[in-house]
Amino acid sequence: MTSKTAAGRGSATSSGLMIRPTDLEAIRRHGEDGYPNESCGLLLGRVELTGGVRVKAVTSVDRLENERDDSRHNRFLITPATFLSADRAARQRGVEILGFYHSHPNAPATPSEFDREHAWPFYSYVIVSVVNGDARELNSWVLAEDRTHYNAEPIVPARED
Amino acid sequence: MPIPIYIPTPLRPYAGGQDQVAVDAGTVDEALACLTAAHPGLKKHLYTDDGRLRSFVNVYVNDDDIRYLAGGTTPIKAGDVLTIVPSIAGGVSEAGRLKDIAARAADVTLSNDEIQRYSRHLIMPEVTMAGQKRLKAASVLVIGAGGLGSPLGLYLAAAGVGRLGIVDFDVVDVTNLQRQILHGTASLGKPKLESARARLSDLNPYVHIETYETALTSENALELFRDYDVIVDGTDNFPTRYLVNDASVFLDKPNVYGSIFRFEGQASVFWAAEGPCYRCLYPEPPPPGLVPSCAEGGVLGILPGIIGVIQATETVKLILGAGTSLVGRLLLFDALRMSFRELKLKKNPDCPVCGPNRTIHELIDYQQFCGITPHVAEPGEAEFEIAPADLKSRLDRGDRLVIVDVREPHEYEINHIRGSRLIPLGQVPERMHELSSADEIILHCKAGLRSAKALAILRQAGFSRLKNLTGGIDRWAQEIDPTLPRY
Repeated sequence: MTSKTAAGRGSATSSGLMIRPTDLEAIRRHGEDGYPNESCGLLLGRVELTGGVRVKAVTSVDRLENERDDSRHNRFLITPATFLSADRAARQRGVEILGFYHSHPNAPATPSEFDREHAWPFYSYVIVSVVNGDARELNSWVLAEDRTHYNAEPIVPARED
Repeated sequence: MPIPIYIPTPLRPYAGGQDQVAVDAGTVDEALACLTAAHPGLKKHLYTDDGRLRSFVNVYVNDDDIRYLAGGTTPIKAGDVLTIVPSIAGGVSEAGRLKDIAARAADVTLSNDEIQRYSRHLIMPEVTMAGQKRLKAASVLVIGAGGLGSPLGLYLAAAGVGRLGIVDFDVVDVTNLQRQILHGTASLGKPKLESARARLSDLNPYVHIETYETALTSENALELFRDYDVIVDGTDNFPTRYLVNDASVFLDKPNVYGSIFRFEGQASVFWAAEGPCYRCLYPEPPPPGLVPSCAEGGVLGILPGIIGVIQATETVKLILGAGTSLVGRLLLFDALRMSFRELKLKKNPDCPVCGPNRTIHELIDYQQFCGITPHVAEPGEAEFEIAPADLKSRLDRGDRLVIVDVREPHEYEINHIRGSRLIPLGQVPERMHELSSADEIILHCKAGLRSAKALAILRQAGFSRLKNLTGGIDRWAQEIDPTLPRY
C-alpha cells in the first residue's frame, strides 16, 4: 500500500484542516441553499503549530456570491476584486484566507479537472456533494506540489467554542 | 527604485517564504520576469506550459487590474505596489456530467455483504460509500466478449458496476483461449455469452448481467446504447469502431476505446461533448486489408489484458468522477519496449459527426463505409481458382504442378503442403524470375486472400497458367490432410 501525502515544502504546508462541526454544517447548508447552482465561500483562520504539526485552524466560514454570470450549475468564480477585499478584511481581523469551499451539485465531492487547472497551492479546497438538494459527502483537497493532482486533506474536528 | 511585489499566501513558499519581493523594473512584464528569475519555483504556478500568465492569476498595480490597464506592458514607477491576486474558480467537470448516476445513487443501498465485499474500495477517499453507490447505480455496455471484453467484464463486475450489458454473437473457439480469459476449455463450441454470464455471476452475484446475442448493427445500436451510462468498445474491427463512435456521439455517451495489435495497444475516451471523438482522430478508415485483424496479424495474448484493464479503469473513473480521464489523450502502449506514450488529441472543428457543421446525422452502412463489400466474383475469376479436392486429384494423377506458398516463413514452419515453395507475398515482385511462366503454378496462403494478391501481381507480369487454392491451406488441412495442424 502506498499513499500520497501532501508533498509540499516550506512553511505553508499543513497536515490537516481543523474545523468545527458547526462550520462544516454551515458549508453543507450553503450547498443545499444554492442547489441546483454551485455555492462557494471562504475558510478563514490561522496556520497553527499543534504538537509539532502544522494545521490550518479554521475560525470561521464566510458565504460568498457565486460571481459567474453563466453556467452557475457547474462553475463558480470568486473574482480578484472580491478576493482582494476579503483578504484585506481578514487581515484586519487578524486571520487569513486558508482556503475555499464549493458545492458540486449532483456530482461527487472530488476535484474536477477544471478545479485542478484553476487551483492554487496551499489552499484547502473543501468540496461538498449535493445530490437532489441534499448535502452528502464532504472532502477537503490540497493541490500536489507538481500540480498534477490533488491530495485528500484530513479533516480534524475542532472543539466548539 | 525597487518596486515591491506583494506575494499571496499560497505562493510564499516558492518565494523563500517572503510576503514581498522587491524588483527593479519599468513594466509589469519585466517585474514578473525579475521575480521568476529570482524564484523559479513560482513559474509553474503563475504561467502555463506555453508561457502565458494563467487565467486565474491576476496582477494589480496599486488598485487596478492590469487587464484594464495596458496588460504586461503597463508601466510602473517608484511608489507603485504590485500585487498578485488569485481569482478562485472551479466546478463540476465532465465526469460530473454523468449526473443521472448521482441522482440514482441517492436511492441505492448496499447490504452488509456488499459492504464487506467492497471494503477495499470503501476506505479509499476517492471512492467511499458514495462512490460505491455510484458504481452500483451505473450501467456499462461492453461490446464484445473477446480479448478486451474478458478483462473488462471481469474487473467491472468485480468492482460492483450495477448493470453490465454484453453484446456478442460468437461461439468459443480454441484459438480464443490464448487471451480470452472469460472462457475455458469446457466452453468450446458454446456461445461466448453463456460462459461470460456464468463466470461473471460467480465472480459477483450482485451485478445484474444483461446479454445480447446479436451483432451490433446500425439498426440496433442506438436502442442498445440508450439504456447505458458508458459504452466500452471491446471489438477490434473498423466498421464496429465507427458505428460505436457515431452512436455514442448521437446519444452523448462516453465511448471508452481500446485497440490491440501484436505487441502494441491504444486506449482513449471519446466523448464528443467533452473532447474529440474517434472521427476527429481518424476521419476515414484505412483501406480494407491494410491494417490486419488479430486473426490475420496475431496478438500477444496478454496485450488485451493490459488494454482492457486500462479501459476498465477509465470506465470506473468516469463513474466515480475521480481523477483525470483519457478524454483528449491517446495512450499508446508498446509491450516490447514496455513503455507508454501519450498523444494530445484535439477536437476537429470539421468533424463530420461531432463538429458544428456536421454532415452525418444518422447511422450509416459501416461495412460499406469501411470498403468492405460482399465478394462478387469477377468474370473469368473462376478459371483462376482450384478447389482442394481438385488439386489433390491432379497431384495424385501425377500432373506437374508448381505449388507456391506466399505466407511468411514462421507460418510455413507451422504447416505446409509437401513439395511447396515458399515465396512470401512481399517478395513476389522481386523473386518472380524464380518461376517459369511455362509451368502451371498453384498459389496459396492461409485462407486465400494473400494468394489472390500474388496471383494478380503475376498475371500483370504476364503469367497466365495460374491457380489460387480456394480457402488456402486452412481448407486443405480440413478437407484433404487432417494430419496438418491448423492455426
